Amino acid sequence: MIVQVSISRKAGLSDPEGVETRRALRDLGYDSVDAVRFGRTITVEIDATDPAAAEQAVSEMCERLLANPVIEDYRVEVMQ
Amino acid sequence: MTVGVVVFPGTNCEHDVVHALGLLGADAELVWHREGDLTGIDGIVLPGGFAHGDYLRTGAIARFSPVMSEVARLAAEGRPVLGICNGFQILCEAGLLPGALVTNRNLRFICRPVTVRVESTGSVLTAACEVGDVLCIPLNSYEGNYVAPEADLAALEAQDGIVLRYCAPDGSLSADANPNGSTAAIAGIANAAGNVAGLMPHPERAVEAILGSTDGARLLESLVTAARPVPA
Repeated sequence: MIVQVSISRKAGLSDPEGVETRRALRDLGYDSVDAVRFGRTITVEIDATDPAAAEQAVSEMCERLLANPVIEDYRVEVMQ
Repeated sequence: MTVGVVVFPGTNCEHDVVHALGLLGADAELVWHREGDLTGIDGIVLPGGFAHGDYLRTGAIARFSPVMSEVARLAAEGRPVLGICNGFQILCEAGLLPGALVTNRNLRFICRPVTVRVESTGSVLTAACEVGDVLCIPLNSYEGNYVAPEADLAALEAQDGIVLRYCAPDGSLSADANPNGSTAAIAGIANAAGNVAGLMPHPERAVEAILGSTDGARLLESLVTAARPVPA
C-alpha cells in the first residue's frame, strides 16, 4: 500500500524560500500570487491491507519522526 | 572528570571540541553514537556537523541514536549537556530543549564571527560570564533561525532560559545585528534547571588568540566547571 505524507511549514512561521519564490513569480508578472509555501512529500510503501490501519500507522510515524510538530503540519493520504 | 563528545555519522566538529576542552583542563573523549552506556561520563557535548546528513530535518534522525537515551538520562540527573550548532538542533528535536532551528532568514549559509550578549548566567553555558558580556564567536550554519511556540518563548523568558542573544559589537540589539532572523535574537537557550543548553555559534572555534577570539573559552569553562564533581 502506498501512503503519501504532505508536510508543510506551520502557518505563521516564516518561510524564507516561499517569500523569495513569491517575489520571483511576481517579477515574472504573476501579480496574483499572494503566497508561496514550501513543504515536502514523503511516499511510504507499507505492507498493509486495511487503508485505515495504514493511515493510522503512518500518522503515528509522522508524530514520532517524519514531521516536527513544533514547526510543521502534516497530512496523510492513502493512495492505493 | 570526563566530558563525552558524541560523534554521529556526519559530525565534523568533534576534534575541535575535544581540543578546546583539553585546553581548559578537562578529559574529553569521543563517544560513538551507537554507544548505549555513558557510565563514568560527567558531562556531554553534542558537537556541530551534519549528523546523519541532516536528512529529513536537522537532528531528526540523530535523536533516535542509542546514545540519546543516555544523554536524556544525564540531563535528567542534572549533569551538564551542551549542544553546539547541529548539537543544538538535535537537543531541540529530542525535546530536551524547546523550539526548533529553521532556515536562515536570508537563505544563505552564514559563516563568520558574530557577537552575542550574555542574558543569563544560570546555565552550564554561561555560569562563568557576567550578564551583559559581549562575546565574539564564529557562526557557521544554514538552519540557525530559532523559532518556538509563544508558550515556550514565554516560559524561556520567565525562567531566564534565553542565555545568549545576537547583538551589535557594542551589545545593542537590532534587526541588523540578528544574522539569521532568530526569534527574539536568540542565539542560545537553556532548560529550567540550567544544565541543558544549546547555542548556534561555535565556542570551540574561539578558544585561542590565534583563532581571533578567546571568548568561547569562557562558555566552555562554564561547562567544564559544571562537569566537575562537587567537592565533598
